Amino acid sequence: MIEIAWSSFTPWSALIGGVLVGIAAASFLLLNGRIAGISGILGGLLTPSAGDISWRIAFLAGLIGAPALWALVVQLPPIEINAGYPALILAGLIVGVGTRYGSGCTSGHGVCGLSRLSPRSLVATLSFMFAGFATVFIIRHLLGV
Amino acid sequence: MKSAIAALFSGLLFGFGLLVSGMANPEKVLGFLDIAGLWDPSLAFVMGGAILVGLVAFAIARKRTLSFLGFSMKVPSQSHVDKRLIIGGLLFGVGWGIAGICPGPGLVGLGAGELKSAVFVVSMIVGMGVFELIERRRAGTNPTRSNSGWSATAQE
Repeated sequence: MIEIAWSSFTPWSALIGGVLVGIAAASFLLLNGRIAGISGILGGLLTPSAGDISWRIAFLAGLIGAPALWALVVQLPPIEINAGYPALILAGLIVGVGTRYGSGCTSGHGVCGLSRLSPRSLVATLSFMFAGFATVFIIRHLLGV
Repeated sequence: MKSAIAALFSGLLFGFGLLVSGMANPEKVLGFLDIAGLWDPSLAFVMGGAILVGLVAFAIARKRTLSFLGFSMKVPSQSHVDKRLIIGGLLFGVGWGIAGICPGPGLVGLGAGELKSAVFVVSMIVGMGVFELIERRRAGTNPTRSNSGWSATAQE
């Protein structure tokens, strides 16, 4: 039986933010001709080739610069991270290996892949969603952390 | 230069979208992934909104061989589903479920000055480096050069 957390449910800001993410992915696709997949853009910098570096750094600079620019105008929304440092290190390592091994993350497979109706991305998205749900279930409800 | 400016613009917009949507907040992401607890379905709306726009964009892109700035369209052509895709996806999902952070929101948190996001991002880059090393070993290239990816990145 699923219980909805109505007090923290924010459909409108989620939808508007999602549309913004979609416009970002659309502009990257239609202007640069590329998939806005964050893990691929970042991971590609580890084996750089000529002419393939500046746009990657520029995209990542925009992503990292967004909260800084935002904070100049209005207060940033909350970024609550309750995981401890060992968990963050473990999570980061697994996300790094997994996204490269599976050729994408929430943006590349989830947003762009599903938008272009790619069967590969559908399988990848179902895989990481399933693992995400299962991991939180194990941590919160079986281990009780 | 044109490509870098367009990429900077897209990256900024992407970051704003993550901030507006709540996806940049790991606690909110975990609230979405916790279906057995009090479930916050908001993030389904983030994906929905993004895909709504994405469907239109990819429909336009499909008819073009060059982007509006004149670059060739680099859209993946692979369609086969293999073990790597599924195992990689599962691994990523486990990491996502542990901390509630995926690559984009990790970088946004870093930009917001969150130390914990920075630790996550550095670990993620190390993980990506480990992947490259394993791939290189497997490809049978000279293992003494296995550090070159790292040093090259450090120089950028």
